Amino acid sequence: MTDPAIATEAPLHAEFLREPWDGLGLPQEEALSYQRFGATFGIWIFIASEVLFFGALFLFYAAVRAEHAEAFATAARETNIVYGTLNTAILLTSGLSAAAASLASEHVPLRRLTQWCLVATATLGLAFLAVKGMEYRDDIAEHLVPGRGFKLPEPSAQLFFGFYWLSTGIHGVHLTVGIGLVARLIWIGWRHPERLPGNPQVEVTMLYWGFVDMVWLFLYPALYLVGRPG
Amino acid sequence: MSTRVAESPASLADPDELALGLPESYLSAGGTLGSWLTSTDHKRIAILYALSVTLFFFIGGAAATLVRLELFTPQADLVGADTYNKLFTLHGVIMVWFFLIPSIPTTFGNFLLPLMIGARDLAFPKLNLASWYLNVIGGLITATAVLAGGIDTGWTFYVPYSTTFSNTAVTIGVLGVFVSGFSTIATGVNFIATTHLLRAPGMTWFRLPLFVWAMYTTSIIFVLATPVLALTIILVVAERSLGLPIFDPAKGGDPILFQHLFWFYSHPAVYIMLLPGMGIVSEVITCFARRRIFGYDFMVYALVAIAVIGFFTWGHHMFTSGMSPYAALIFSFLSFVVAVPSAIKVFNWTATLYRGQVGFESPMLYVLGYIGLFTVGGLTGLFLASIPIDVHVQDTYFVVAHFHYIMVGATVSAYFAGLHFWWPKFTGRMYPETWAKFAAVLMFFGFNLTFFPQFIAGYLGMPRRYHVYPPEFQVWNVLSSSGAAVLAAAYLMPLGYLTWSLFFGARAVNDPWNASGLEWRTTSPPPRVNFFGRPAVLAKPYNYHPEGAAPLHDEPRIPSQGSLT
Repeated sequence: MTDPAIATEAPLHAEFLREPWDGLGLPQEEALSYQRFGATFGIWIFIASEVLFFGALFLFYAAVRAEHAEAFATAARETNIVYGTLNTAILLTSGLSAAAASLASEHVPLRRLTQWCLVATATLGLAFLAVKGMEYRDDIAEHLVPGRGFKLPEPSAQLFFGFYWLSTGIHGVHLTVGIGLVARLIWIGWRHPERLPGNPQVEVTMLYWGFVDMVWLFLYPALYLVGRPG
Repeated sequence: MSTRVAESPASLADPDELALGLPESYLSAGGTLGSWLTSTDHKRIAILYALSVTLFFFIGGAAATLVRLELFTPQADLVGADTYNKLFTLHGVIMVWFFLIPSIPTTFGNFLLPLMIGARDLAFPKLNLASWYLNVIGGLITATAVLAGGIDTGWTFYVPYSTTFSNTAVTIGVLGVFVSGFSTIATGVNFIATTHLLRAPGMTWFRLPLFVWAMYTTSIIFVLATPVLALTIILVVAERSLGLPIFDPAKGGDPILFQHLFWFYSHPAVYIMLLPGMGIVSEVITCFARRRIFGYDFMVYALVAIAVIGFFTWGHHMFTSGMSPYAALIFSFLSFVVAVPSAIKVFNWTATLYRGQVGFESPMLYVLGYIGLFTVGGLTGLFLASIPIDVHVQDTYFVVAHFHYIMVGATVSAYFAGLHFWWPKFTGRMYPETWAKFAAVLMFFGFNLTFFPQFIAGYLGMPRRYHVYPPEFQVWNVLSSSGAAVLAAAYLMPLGYLTWSLFFGARAVNDPWNASGLEWRTTSPPPRVNFFGRPAVLAKPYNYHPEGAAPLHDEPRIPSQGSLT
């Protein structure tokens, strides 16, 4: 843990320094920036792992769609493109506020901006989930849940909706985790305002947020634009 | 830095014995259960992992014992068909995901990676502790599946049986595997970041011990392969429990797609099990041959090549599942290609022995056994990589024998080699060498007696996963089951004498084997911060003799002090 003697000298940053980065024999500023580099490096490796996770999901989609191109086009026309497009806009906007929060957090005078950008990010994330919930309600009403009484006659159309429910569900779980992480930062910034500027967790969280946004950019055309040319 | 450590009192670890002002060891820094369960010390987490991994090893071993007992006679006399299916599934699931995959990285890797590169801890100590909890929670969930009646799908969970037909606790079982997957991803992220960022001054990439390279390449597979398994498990659960059509052929789904996804993880997973053992072998063989590793650079390239090519050979598990001849040819070719770096490693280990001062201490016995067993397992892998032979022996005991030679013969031998080699560093105690040598030799013979007959039975056509078989195979099964009894004794012996040594073993000095690695340049056991001061690295690893000149034959070998006990 951090040496309390050092902590009194620079109360703003010293508490961010963690084991084992405090034992590298570096001056404190350098140790902090090295630790920050380490944290972002770590989250990038995790994102590489997540790419393979969603990569497998999209492989499943590609393989099944290649086998049932017609049924996929028919089924995809049943998705609600209004809600889907609205959600794309919401999530891309949240990406903007997330990036702004990440950059603003590096500057002490921009603490309030950081906090507001975090609040905007979490709110937009929640809005996405709310729109998704309304879309789910309509989907259920239209009998788009695979199983008995499914709307479309082709059996393989159910495969498309199997993917639809699964992929949007997994993406929703990722987004919920992201909202939780952002909410944690908001709580830190509210209770301990001095701990927000320079906190490496802001950038780390926002990299994850950006990744979850990116997944949606692939899901959107795969789910909503197939079978809707021109 | 001191190299030749005699019976110097300064090398004793326990500050209670001699008030030398040494920092207390990681073992004596807090003895309560809470201090262990909340520790972020990589060494303590390694010990936690060692305990849980050992528990899972003996659970999986107990299931294997029952399987071998049942196979002693051609009839079903001990268990029925359903119980037999659940036993081999339990054996496979526990051994693969809760022993073989985590064993070496999370115990030796956790303990030694920071020590070997001169770091104080892993890059993310809290994440490291979290990974142990995830591993244990995953294991408990899977154990719950056993209590809920067991799983009968085999460790591969092939669909549509696992999704549509099996009436057993598949969902709980695979969710346990899912949770433990997060634990290995966390370990992988931690190891990669640590190796990149926390090397001591002077520890360049091509001065890293090969064990560190092995951990690094294994971590890359952890990070890039495990998520694919995670998603595959989600697909199985979604179809089985949520009723979404995924692989169901009645809806146009593709069960072969499951096999592609599963083996895209599970073939690289074989290299997760194999590469760490290769790292241990390189450390041990150099020490006990008093020799620099032959061809260090190519040993590194071989590890990287195995990790990379290993991602592109998964199709060889599916030659008989329905695949175009063209695809089968490519996968066959790539499987032959991955044998090249593996062979380079075997040749280089053998060449390391040449003009060395070879000793036969217990870790070295395990390693020499490893090289023999790995060679047999690797060469029979080439048989299976060639399509005509694979079609002939697919789903027979030939395949079972092949992968046990690699995963048990090689990897478990390496695990025990490492356990004996670093035991003085982990615990500060020496173990009884005579017992250890006996266990090492017994393990080699027990293993061959268990699994070599399975090559013959399999080649003659005995299929795997059946509890009754035609009487003409009985001789091979009796040999195999007898060998399993010997093997069980050889696995239980270290449990006895290593535990004994914790209480009655002689105190270990800092460097009992006169080894060259950085992990020996501190007390046994090391203090919380690993080193006194900040280590700096000045030379390549395995500095056992001047570069370019082998040890002279008439030069006396530096005795290993471990042999004295």
